[in-house]
Amino acid sequence: MNTLSIWLTSAYVRGLIGQIIGTAVGFGFITAIRAVMGLDTSNIEPAVVFGALIGVPGSLLGAGVLTDWIKWIFGKKTPLRHGAPEGKPEWSRYINVDVNHKVIGIQYGFTSVLVLLIGGFFAVLFRIELAAPGMQYLTNDNFNTLFSAHGIIMIASILLGVGAMVNYLVPLMIGASDMAFPRLNAFSYWVGIPAVVLILSGMFVGGWDTGWVGYPPLSLRAPLGVQLFLLGFYINGLSSIAGSINLLVTVTTMRAKGMSLFRMPIFVWAAIAASIIQFTATQTVGMALLMVVTERTIGLNFFNPTTGGNPILYQHLFWFYSHPVVYVFILPGLGVISELLPVFSRKPLFGYKWIALSSLGIAFVGFLVWAHHMFTSGMNDALRIPFMISTMFVAIPTGVKFFSWMATMWEGKLSFETPMLFVLGSISVFLIGGVTGPILGTIPTDMHLHDSYWVVGHFHSTMFGGFVFPFFAAVYYWYPKISGKMYKESLGKLHFWLMTPAFWLMSLGQMRAGLLGMRRRIADYDPALGVETTQVLVTVAALVIGWSVLIMVYNLISSARSQKMAATNPWNSRSPEWQIPYPVPEFNYDAPFEVVGDPYDYGLDGSKYVQTIPMPAVGD
Amino acid sequence: MSAITAHHDDHAHSHEPSFAQQLRSNRLGLWLFFFSELFLFAALLVARFFLWGGARPELSQVLGLIATSVLLLSSFFVYRAESAMAHGDRKTFQSGMLIAAFLGTLFFIGVVFMEWNIFGLQGEIAGIELFGHLKPTDGVFGAVFYAMTGMHALHVLSGIIFLLIVWNNGRKGHFSSEEHWGVEAAALYWHYVDVIWVFFYPALYLIGTAG
Repeated sequence: MNTLSIWLTSAYVRGLIGQIIGTAVGFGFITAIRAVMGLDTSNIEPAVVFGALIGVPGSLLGAGVLTDWIKWIFGKKTPLRHGAPEGKPEWSRYINVDVNHKVIGIQYGFTSVLVLLIGGFFAVLFRIELAAPGMQYLTNDNFNTLFSAHGIIMIASILLGVGAMVNYLVPLMIGASDMAFPRLNAFSYWVGIPAVVLILSGMFVGGWDTGWVGYPPLSLRAPLGVQLFLLGFYINGLSSIAGSINLLVTVTTMRAKGMSLFRMPIFVWAAIAASIIQFTATQTVGMALLMVVTERTIGLNFFNPTTGGNPILYQHLFWFYSHPVVYVFILPGLGVISELLPVFSRKPLFGYKWIALSSLGIAFVGFLVWAHHMFTSGMNDALRIPFMISTMFVAIPTGVKFFSWMATMWEGKLSFETPMLFVLGSISVFLIGGVTGPILGTIPTDMHLHDSYWVVGHFHSTMFGGFVFPFFAAVYYWYPKISGKMYKESLGKLHFWLMTPAFWLMSLGQMRAGLLGMRRRIADYDPALGVETTQVLVTVAALVIGWSVLIMVYNLISSARSQKMAATNPWNSRSPEWQIPYPVPEFNYDAPFEVVGDPYDYGLDGSKYVQTIPMPAVGD
Repeated sequence: MSAITAHHDDHAHSHEPSFAQQLRSNRLGLWLFFFSELFLFAALLVARFFLWGGARPELSQVLGLIATSVLLLSSFFVYRAESAMAHGDRKTFQSGMLIAAFLGTLFFIGVVFMEWNIFGLQGEIAGIELFGHLKPTDGVFGAVFYAMTGMHALHVLSGIIFLLIVWNNGRKGHFSSEEHWGVEAAALYWHYVDVIWVFFYPALYLIGTAG
């Protein structure tokens, strides 16, 4: 079989065809029913919604995710299938449904970066438009659709990126052979693909102008595209819920011998905290999204005040998920920082237990702060002060992390390879995001800054500092483990030195524009605000960030083609995944290991974290 | 990029978790799923109290009470079926599962065909109205009632399908008294859906003043 035909028969292509067929079937079914019932068939919205829903199982069937489960229904036992599909080369595992957590992790990673590039491209498009007042080359509707899509596409990308890190790393770190439910793991990844397809296709059926929040009543009046956005968002939630339950079970039941909770690599704690948020709060936003879908499609009235509805209900349900979910993004990122700092400082991680529990603390407090997004919404005034106070509590566990990082680096033997640079970059950027937060969490200043560009600046610095920088650090750091090759250090450093100053400029520029009165989510602004120079600088900075990410993509692809193999443990890490040579075996550790010490005792003579358990000869 | 080496199947088996370990994972996973779904149903209850407050729509009390009793009764038969399987009594298992699925179907008909009245039927027995009046488009009463009963009915429907799958596989002898995770999961899921209704029923039919 040649390469083209392997691609054309891959699960991605089959899934897409399945989704198209499913959508057509669902669309035709509802159109036929409406025609029979004598309803107006020129209103295609109900048919589109039903088609979009049927398209998802269509996609999963086409890709082959459901095959084993369908056999189970009829009582057939199916062993887990390992290795490449029948008669196809090894690399085709990565474009087909596979149950191995490392394959799925890499699939998540590729998709995450691809979706990141799409979302970033949207940002560049409307950022250029904003460089000057007046409308240059976008219409108002295009602008609205682009910034709305940028928001939700980036969130999808971040969730995929979290999935990549968690899936690839956690089973390796805890010494498990795979996740607890390998098929469900594949489902979690593959159900995200039709979700992204739905969101992107929403842009071509009218787009939507609600931002990524989709507040009613605006979302009730938005064009048809909003339905596909809402459904894509909802389906993405299924991926989150299934993936996080899988992770929690894996960590509970599949840890190696001697790996007590406080001897796990610290990233695992971050993954646990993020999963706790994901598997609970996602349900409430799912309900909120479904309420808008049903209100538009079949006329259930939740949000129209003339018949007793209340749009504030949506905001409560929405932010009950959407505030904690930013901690789903940043907790794994902060986990990467805590994981990498001791390696590059050659010192123990300062306050391991505090760091571990501060992740849980952030997750817990995160559930109690959602209404700080709603100070200007017209909600019950009595809620304001309690939510302001609970918001300030977030600073405590976050502060624990910052001080631990400082103390870990203190008098350490620091070395500055690319992953370490990105770790330091994330700390600096996350600090900007952190200190600008309380100003928004305080009611009087929020009254002034709400819906201004200040919020955009704050949010982007928390997301870059809490996820993007650490994610890139993780990509560079574990690249030799995944590919067996070393990335090009010079290009990695170039990426860092372009992206970090550009990001500072972009973020601080956005905040300055906000202080001067620039509102968010508008296509045009008054030149009298005096923000023109700032807007040009922010646009240039955004372009530099975009190019620097492309440099990373080039670096990763070209380095993978090089002939020279990387060292087994290039960073001298104590973590178990670095103790085994490339390539990692199918079931991770051919001989199980046992934890005999603490994970981060760098610099302590004779200390050991893991050692292989001597195996009696097995005759198999 | 080939990061992983393939192994032979016989080698794979030594790495797969034992039945006992997988059972432990399955049980925990199912309970975490239940906990997750709790937030879904809680969101609906929040919507009910946020939008209805101390009011509730005029609903057929008799119909609601009968449907609730039928659903609670079904849980007894699921329990009976499960413990029969654990004792190797396949006959009681089969009858229990079928009766439970039948009672679940009765509940589903009571909600979707009678209370929702999707076919616009009318009729009464001994002065008791058999079919509901509330429409999905009747303001917040309709919206919340249809959302809550609809989301629950969806779970009942999937539960019935689950019970029937398990019944069919049990009939074909795919479960034993030691290894019957499928039966256990279906039974737990059914009880769970049942317990959710124990909270939904008073929220919809009992709490607040009608009209």
